[in-house]
Amino acid sequence: MLTALRCVIYRDLLLAVRRRADVATALLFFVIVVSLFPLGVGPEANLLRTIAPGVIWVAALLASMLSLGRMFSADHADGTLEQMLLSATPLGVIVVAKVIAHWLVAGLPLVLIAPVLALQFDLPQPLLGVLTLSLLLGTPVLSLVGAIGAALTLGLRGGGVLVSLLVLPLYVPVLIIGAGTVDMAAAGLGVEAHFLLLAAFLVFAGVFAPWAIAAALRISAE
Amino acid sequence: MLEIADLECVRGGRTLFSGLSLALRGGELLRVAGANGSGKTSLLRIVCGLLSPAHGEVRWHGGNIRSLREEYWKQLVYVGHSNAVKDDLTATENLVVACTLAGMKVEREQACTALARFGLAGREALPAKVLSQGQQRRVALARLLLSEAVPLWVLDEPFAALDATAVDCVETLIAQHVARGATVVFTTHQEAQIAATVALTIDLDTRAVSC
Amino acid sequence: MNVNWFKYSSPQTFFPLAGALAPWFLSAALLLGAVGLYLGFFVAPTDAQQGEAYRIIFIHVPAAWMSMFLYVVMAFWAGVGLVLNTRLSGMMASAVAPTGALFSFIALWTGSLRGKPTWGTWWVWDARLTSELILLFLYFGFMALQAAIDDPRRADKAGAVLALVGVINVPIIYFSVQWWNTLHQGASVSLKSAPTMAATMFAGMIVMALGFWMYSIAAALLRVRCIILERERHADWVAQYVRTLK
Repeated sequence: MLTALRCVIYRDLLLAVRRRADVATALLFFVIVVSLFPLGVGPEANLLRTIAPGVIWVAALLASMLSLGRMFSADHADGTLEQMLLSATPLGVIVVAKVIAHWLVAGLPLVLIAPVLALQFDLPQPLLGVLTLSLLLGTPVLSLVGAIGAALTLGLRGGGVLVSLLVLPLYVPVLIIGAGTVDMAAAGLGVEAHFLLLAAFLVFAGVFAPWAIAAALRISAE
Repeated sequence: MLEIADLECVRGGRTLFSGLSLALRGGELLRVAGANGSGKTSLLRIVCGLLSPAHGEVRWHGGNIRSLREEYWKQLVYVGHSNAVKDDLTATENLVVACTLAGMKVEREQACTALARFGLAGREALPAKVLSQGQQRRVALARLLLSEAVPLWVLDEPFAALDATAVDCVETLIAQHVARGATVVFTTHQEAQIAATVALTIDLDTRAVSC
Repeated sequence: MNVNWFKYSSPQTFFPLAGALAPWFLSAALLLGAVGLYLGFFVAPTDAQQGEAYRIIFIHVPAAWMSMFLYVVMAFWAGVGLVLNTRLSGMMASAVAPTGALFSFIALWTGSLRGKPTWGTWWVWDARLTSELILLFLYFGFMALQAAIDDPRRADKAGAVLALVGVINVPIIYFSVQWWNTLHQGASVSLKSAPTMAATMFAGMIVMALGFWMYSIAAALLRVRCIILERERHADWVAQYVRTLK
């Protein structure tokens, strides 16, 4: 079971390395969207400091959603997905491997670059760590929940737009708690409870999402 | 071993076939024949458990494959219409990944030997996108060489895009596998000469089973 | 009384039953709606602080209740369809969705109408309005997914997975929105603070909620009849039924 898990993660990372451009696109999208906000609302430092957590979180939501389409569609097109459905390893395990690989490729880079972008918004230094940690706990949830949408819309016309309609409302709790954690820290309040809440989301999604993704894949591949 | 009971398949509101029943013991070869759109691929996908039939069930050693799941898939090799070959991976990497997913431990050397026997010597390290259609098909079929212990092969158009030598090679493989007492189910449009003691053909147009 | 419920799980037998039941539920809805509106507009006392404008809550609150309740009903039917593989359950889920979306929309609309005279803006980021908005998005997602899939069997199953994921998420969304609301606004603005609920007000709201409930059942039954006809159009009994209509 672990062999298959490792094998699928390794395979997806190898594919991502050989198609570096795709990875870079989502990351650049994130950087550009965040950088556009000051141009839209003006460079007033206090305002920027206030909106920074929300802007960065929303941009992360959009960027991680952008790469959801790639998660299963290529495997579906070339028949690899059928082989995964017929694998000797339970589909849930393979799905977890795919989600981990997706997060490493599309989620982790966002987390790592977010503090740099936060500096553009003059976010005070102690908050940078809080923002990074909230993204570190939150982005895997985005990958897990997003994968459900990606699996449901597999092979459909206009799947890319449809997936945003399905997935964005489900992202709301992560967005609220994630961005809220930074706001709490900015107000000088304790944030441990909110990190625990984000961790709880992660555990909850980690336990239940693979079932839903596996069921959705079997339905979509028929 | 493999039992098909009263299968009905509906695609897009149209009934492709219904009341299809068949039982295969080990060491039998089943060829699924029929015109385009008669439901050959759908039948194969139902037999694998990828598609759920509108009615009826598929049994393996008496158990419904819907409840056997991974137990059944461990004993099945399916080579579908699409090759399941990743463009950006090399032939060897593709083969190793496919075997690992199937629950087999395959070393790089074994994979290379299998590819060489399928005439892909020297091309193991090339990304699959530079291989021709026929060569990609060979990569997919090379898995059969490593799956001699797997008792059920389901092959959808295995000879498509292959040249005469490769067709010979696959035919021999199938014949040997059936002789070992395993079951092979396949579809083809070409004339296939496969030596097997029991060779059944089911025609989905007439629904007749012939020997 | 021994009723064979499974007899009615086939679309063919359910179709006439739905046709026979729908007018009764519709009449009940009209009656309860009339009584509820009378209680709300003429019997309930005028509010000391908010004047007559508060009376919209006789539509707003029951609509909000119904929209959440119908999502659970939809998820229930979807789940039954996924587990038992009955065709009718999936059809019921798709029949309930538009009514649920309608009630979400009514709740948003009336909430906005109430906001203008009370707080001077059409939209306040109140916890209930925000949750309603996200619930409306969830309904839209469900309907859009079903509309995008051609094969009805896949549409039912895919919709079922989404509805079940959604129904697990609804409470999480609701509580996170509540928390967000208290973090950013304090409890200064809330639609919930209906000042000292008089007994007649409560009665009016309950009667309206029952009326909306009856309406939802009637609408779902009528809609499921259309869905049955559409899905079973190749069946002989549908052809016979259509002939009797002419």
